[in-house]
Amino acid sequence: MIQYIEQILPALLSGTKMTLSIFFWTLIISIPLGALVGLGLIQKFKPLVWLLNIYVWLMRGTPLLLQLIFVFYGLPILGIIFQRYDAALFAFILNYTAYFGEIFRGGFQSVPKGQFESAKVLRLSYGQTIRKIVIPQVFKIVLPSIGNEVINLVKDSSLVYVIGLGDLLRAGNVATARDVTLVPLILVGIIYLALTAICTIVLKLIEKRENVWQ
Amino acid sequence: MLEIKNLTKKFDNRTIIDNLSMTVNDNEIMAIVGPSGAGKTTLLRCITGLETVNQGQFFWNGQQFDPANTDQKDTIIGVVFQDYQLFPNLTVMGNITLAPTMVKKLPLDQVKASARHLLSRLGLEGKEDLYPFQLSGGQKQRVAIVRALAMNPKILCYDEPTSALDPALRDEVAEIILDLKKQQMTQIVVTHDMDFAQNVADEIKRVAQLS
Repeated sequence: MIQYIEQILPALLSGTKMTLSIFFWTLIISIPLGALVGLGLIQKFKPLVWLLNIYVWLMRGTPLLLQLIFVFYGLPILGIIFQRYDAALFAFILNYTAYFGEIFRGGFQSVPKGQFESAKVLRLSYGQTIRKIVIPQVFKIVLPSIGNEVINLVKDSSLVYVIGLGDLLRAGNVATARDVTLVPLILVGIIYLALTAICTIVLKLIEKRENVWQ
Repeated sequence: MLEIKNLTKKFDNRTIIDNLSMTVNDNEIMAIVGPSGAGKTTLLRCITGLETVNQGQFFWNGQQFDPANTDQKDTIIGVVFQDYQLFPNLTVMGNITLAPTMVKKLPLDQVKASARHLLSRLGLEGKEDLYPFQLSGGQKQRVAIVRALAMNPKILCYDEPTSALDPALRDEVAEIILDLKKQQMTQIVVTHDMDFAQNVADEIKRVAQLS
């Protein structure tokens, strides 16, 4: 048993690497983009708001699985060809930016108008106000919701399976099919649990650090 | 000297301020009083540039200026809001130094030194590193005053400075305002509290509700 685990572990860990890579880059890119989309959604310039709303509606209104398939198998018909990994990342970033955008919109709207006015009479520019006063407050407000999405992302990353990327789930499934044993799938479950546990702890630590002010 | 000439402010078709002119002399305290809904706060918001006016001019020492023009680095008006609007994510010191360092590009050391001086004058020494939620209402208000003063305004405006304070603190604010007057600060106080206005003001401007 131990021997078997030792035997399949390298394949699982290499799959975990792929899972983490999708996870990491999606977060790094779509959180800042989501903040920008959220900021766009509270502007007074209506065409921009409509455009962003349509984008958010499309991304949240269709399955991420469909979006993945669309980008990798569909777009080549139009002559747009992505490598597997790039296609996965592209679809994940588009999808998660929309969710983060909506979360940030709610965050921006819950900063009292008085904070903007207070900054304005101190002659801070809009950019300075957003960076120094609004973003830190929004960050604290959205942290629990972002945390939810982060945990979701760990698990959603398994969808890349469908376009043939060798992630954690695929590694486990391959081993189970080959060796006719449940062990690889159980290990896959344990690794996902460990990953989400780490995310939960990190998020709790960040929340705690944010609690120095209220 | 601040002069306001022929100020008119409408919200849609409702006229809130109709052709108002007033002068605030240097070193004086002007109280703007009147019942709720008479447009006191709107008047203050026009002076502080938070509302654009439909008509009227503002002059500082004979020079016309536009309070709503946020590009001006040379601040004429400072404001203490009714609910203070301190930045909750910054410490007391952070609240005070943010604008002078970012807008006026003053060196942090210099801003901090003068902030400490102002804080101790208002009895807030030792509070530099606290966050706003750790302060009492009166302390928050004094931090808001220091934050406004740190930008070296020519005129300091208060919106209902006594409304959230108990009677003992009311007298304290009056003392602070009178003390700042001794330091040559021109001040405008919007209040519905007649006694308070009479206590501090050199001149009282009454605004009445327009039909």
